[in-house]
Amino acid sequence: MIQLTDLHKAFGNQNVLNGLNLTVPDGQITAIIGPSGEGKSVLLRHIIGLMQPDSGQISIDGENIIGIRRSEMNRIREKFGMLFQNAALFDSMNVFENVAFPLQEKTSFSKAEIRTRVLSALEDVGLKNVEQKFTDELSGGMKKRVGLARALLLNPKIILFDEPTTGLDPIIKRAIHQLIKETHEKFGFTAVIVSHEIPDIFDIAQNVAMLFRGEILQFGTADEIRNSTNPVVKQFISGSLDGPIQMV
Amino acid sequence: MSGIVQAIGRLTIKSMRDLGKIGWFLLYSLYMIVRRPGSPLQILKQIRFIGAKSLFVIVLTAAFTGMVLGLQGYYTLAKFGSEGMLGTAVALSLIRELGPVLTALMVTGRAGSAITAEIGIMRITEQIDALETMALDPFKYLITPKFIAAMLSLPLLCAIFDVVGIYGGWVVGVKLLGVNPGAYFYEMEKAVVWRDVYSGFVKSFSFGVIIAWIGCYKGYYAGHGAEGVSRATTESVVLTSVLVLVWDYFLTSILL
Repeated sequence: MIQLTDLHKAFGNQNVLNGLNLTVPDGQITAIIGPSGEGKSVLLRHIIGLMQPDSGQISIDGENIIGIRRSEMNRIREKFGMLFQNAALFDSMNVFENVAFPLQEKTSFSKAEIRTRVLSALEDVGLKNVEQKFTDELSGGMKKRVGLARALLLNPKIILFDEPTTGLDPIIKRAIHQLIKETHEKFGFTAVIVSHEIPDIFDIAQNVAMLFRGEILQFGTADEIRNSTNPVVKQFISGSLDGPIQMV
Repeated sequence: MSGIVQAIGRLTIKSMRDLGKIGWFLLYSLYMIVRRPGSPLQILKQIRFIGAKSLFVIVLTAAFTGMVLGLQGYYTLAKFGSEGMLGTAVALSLIRELGPVLTALMVTGRAGSAITAEIGIMRITEQIDALETMALDPFKYLITPKFIAAMLSLPLLCAIFDVVGIYGGWVVGVKLLGVNPGAYFYEMEKAVVWRDVYSGFVKSFSFGVIIAWIGCYKGYYAGHGAEGVSRATTESVVLTSVLVLVWDYFLTSILL
């Protein structure tokens, strides 16, 4: 279980996280929604230890991750996989090498075993015959799939998705959502998805957290959020220009 | 008044923090070289990039530096009737100073900037974050192979620079201006001692550390976007060049 308690983070004079509390249930898909620039990606980076909060607590399965040694953090990171906004594939490697990289570095599998696993992971995300392509030869959707294959390969307990469908056309977007849902059903990981895809995200997330002004304004099931009476949540979901959320 | 004091205080704290960060980066890199130096293949790739691919520019620079030294040295020494000392003048200038320093400056321009740009782009495209999220230490994959490659390549490039430069001086002095070929090499052999060669190699080795250190550091902490990488690359070349010259002075005063 991921537990965030009274988390504060400021960049200069700008408070991004302002006493945020959130508990992410195990084995479920939890979506984090909220206006742009509210710190959703910052929140994900805190969960995996890429950023340290100014104050507050973060625990993963009961283990505190604030101020711990790098080796300790790496041990906890073994539980994680992460799909970055732009997939963050290594541009000096081809698709096969990208997906195989964590296996080569962290396991003692033979070359043949690694090859079988990589091809199987690529097939799981609907990719075939792309192993030799370099990342600049891939479309946005393909990059995300390769990123997902790489994230899935070591069977992580938790996968963080940072805007997995940003910049994709509606069909590819739907396909990626479907892929996340199917792989979640198959592997049973805990997923935290930062997304702007309203209402599509409600179809795959069991829980939704609305982040606003550095705090979780509302947390509930997808239906609870969809039918929320909170004026901020209502405005955000409807995309209305009138309401408490002001455009800057 | 209090505003000025506050601004000075802020600047001091920021400078101290930056100094701490850059110092820590060097120490951690050296620690990682001992602890997890990276795979031999990665190190070889970096030696190819930093060392082998710099060969052409080093040979070209060395040849013309030696030729200029031959030309300038000949006319200066001729005033005292000491043209025979030309080989000594060219060799000592190259081996003690110009070889290590010019090699370092050329490698900074060719490879140091590329190191910063490469790591900077990996930073802004979250590739370094991806390594960290896989519980893999980016230093092992990105930083230490470059340090090792630079530390090995610079002394070798410097040796090539020295030899090519000496022959550049020979072409001008002996072939064009008529200095006695025997005197050119004989006087050189008499004057150049092991300590000169050794000090040149010590300098080159430490310049290799500086190039890798600043190049990697500036890329690792590059700012946002293309502008951030571009600024980091410029800062890397300028800071490395300045540090090479400053460190050269201190090393010379120790090694002389």
